[in-house]
Amino acid sequence: MTYVIVGSGPAGVVAAETICKLDPNGQVVMVGDEPDPPYSRMAIPYLLINNIDEQGTYLRKDPEHFGNAIKHVHGVAESVDAEAKTLILADGRKLDYEALLVSTGSRPILPPVPGIDGERVTTCWTLEDARKITATLKPDASVVLIGAGFIGCIILEALVSSGANLTVVEMGDRMVPRMLDETSGGLLKKWCQEKGVNVMTSAQVESIDHHSDKAVVKISNDRHVEAELVISAAGVRANADFLEGTEIELKNGAVAVDRYMCSSVPGIYAAGDAACGLDFSTSDYSVQAIQPTAVEHGRVAAANMVRHGSVLHQGCINMNVLDTIGLVSVSYGQWQGVEGGDHAALLDRDRFRYINLQFDGDTLVGANTLGITQHIGILRGLIQGQFKLGKWKQRLMDNPMQLMEAYLAATQGA
Amino acid sequence: MLRSLNINPDKCTGCLQCEMACSFENEGVFNPAKSRIKIFTFHDEGRFVPYTCTQCDEAWCLHACPVEAIRMNRETGAMEILDSVCVGCKVCTIACPFGTVNYNQTTGKVIKCDLCGGDPQCAQACPTEAITYVDADATGLEKMRAWASKTDNQAHAN
Repeated sequence: MTYVIVGSGPAGVVAAETICKLDPNGQVVMVGDEPDPPYSRMAIPYLLINNIDEQGTYLRKDPEHFGNAIKHVHGVAESVDAEAKTLILADGRKLDYEALLVSTGSRPILPPVPGIDGERVTTCWTLEDARKITATLKPDASVVLIGAGFIGCIILEALVSSGANLTVVEMGDRMVPRMLDETSGGLLKKWCQEKGVNVMTSAQVESIDHHSDKAVVKISNDRHVEAELVISAAGVRANADFLEGTEIELKNGAVAVDRYMCSSVPGIYAAGDAACGLDFSTSDYSVQAIQPTAVEHGRVAAANMVRHGSVLHQGCINMNVLDTIGLVSVSYGQWQGVEGGDHAALLDRDRFRYINLQFDGDTLVGANTLGITQHIGILRGLIQGQFKLGKWKQRLMDNPMQLMEAYLAATQGA
Repeated sequence: MLRSLNINPDKCTGCLQCEMACSFENEGVFNPAKSRIKIFTFHDEGRFVPYTCTQCDEAWCLHACPVEAIRMNRETGAMEILDSVCVGCKVCTIACPFGTVNYNQTTGKVIKCDLCGGDPQCAQACPTEAITYVDADATGLEKMRAWASKTDNQAHAN
């Protein structure tokens, strides 16, 4: 059997490895469009603060890891001929497959602002981006960050510690509005301001004028900031455009997949940021664009590529952990709450500590936390285990920090 | 033969000697806050429950790690953090549904039970045999593992 995997991020790499395990005689070709070995974008913030070198970002450390079993080729996917079962690359090469995995990931969206394509503007997505940012950052450099979403916040530490003068411009009314509720998103803004970051929320970049020595960033309400570097971190979208015009159905800009991670065309599967897959909490199909989901997708897709129908996807839980200049925030599942559900919150504003639990009946369905790192995974255990909390629901309503005790009571009758 | 920690909460008196031993062995200080095993107290029920990583087969932490910083020690069966590789991204801490991987703000790395390389100090320190280190087959981990298989997508693949 011949397998072609297009995209060499976590979803593609895990899928390739899983196929090798399940079908040792299979031929696996993995196509990547970046010159570097497969690496983790999750590690880039730690590269920016010099905690690791580029090798430290690699998904697999052994240079011989992929060996002969997985043929890793460099190329850009241009189209798929589903009838001929061929992947067509931009340079004209054609790769025949019996099963194809689309694990092409996502890429940053650039806001439609005049000057966004100028030389001083970069995204923070690839190793190449990281090199550019590292080369430009220096003490007292003026930097404007467009977007206080996950990516923007996770690189704040690197930007602050370089000694740059930093301005963050966020459209939403708080930081990380797609991951944090009003209280935690607002508190995170205060945290950043206390660290010397100029944070503008409910604000928009209107234009970027490029001069020889600097760019002038025009921000709503007639504000202007001069910048040597503008970093755009305004969200991502799936790399699925190359499938437009094929029979493969797209949803939310990504490949619509069923519970076998199979697209609308038999033999063509999708995983990770490029797939619109089942969400555990909502039973709906969505693009979560997170690392654990990419890995789980990769594994499920691979099993079904080897033997269709062998593994039914149970749905991924949306979860995020974010370190913003030392303040750790977490979100799980339906952190925004569900209709008719209760919530229990505890806030210590001075110490930047916060927890908000969301219930549906006496089951935990979501959570937001700030400044809490101990036993945090138990939130996943409680949500995904769908435990009936019984009397422990009231105890959690009274003290949401008693999570571990509630879990032990639910699982071990403690 | 693979051995694992067997925890019997009925025998636990809440003396916290396991936490002291763990933090001393792994962090060089007597500080229960830095222990990888924790005793949870149920005041109303008058019960103490020791709790730590079961080195589960699913190894959620290991699979979630983006940079191969968690490996299984083939001799002990423990999932071990490689400090030199861990970047501190904390994805394993939210991926572990048992809440047994913790972020250590001081080092910028994560910590979890590694069975002390095959001689767990918590079991050594426990005066009441609430924590023992026995043949893996004999431990009562099935309850937790049964839960794990319920939501697991990979278990069905094999």
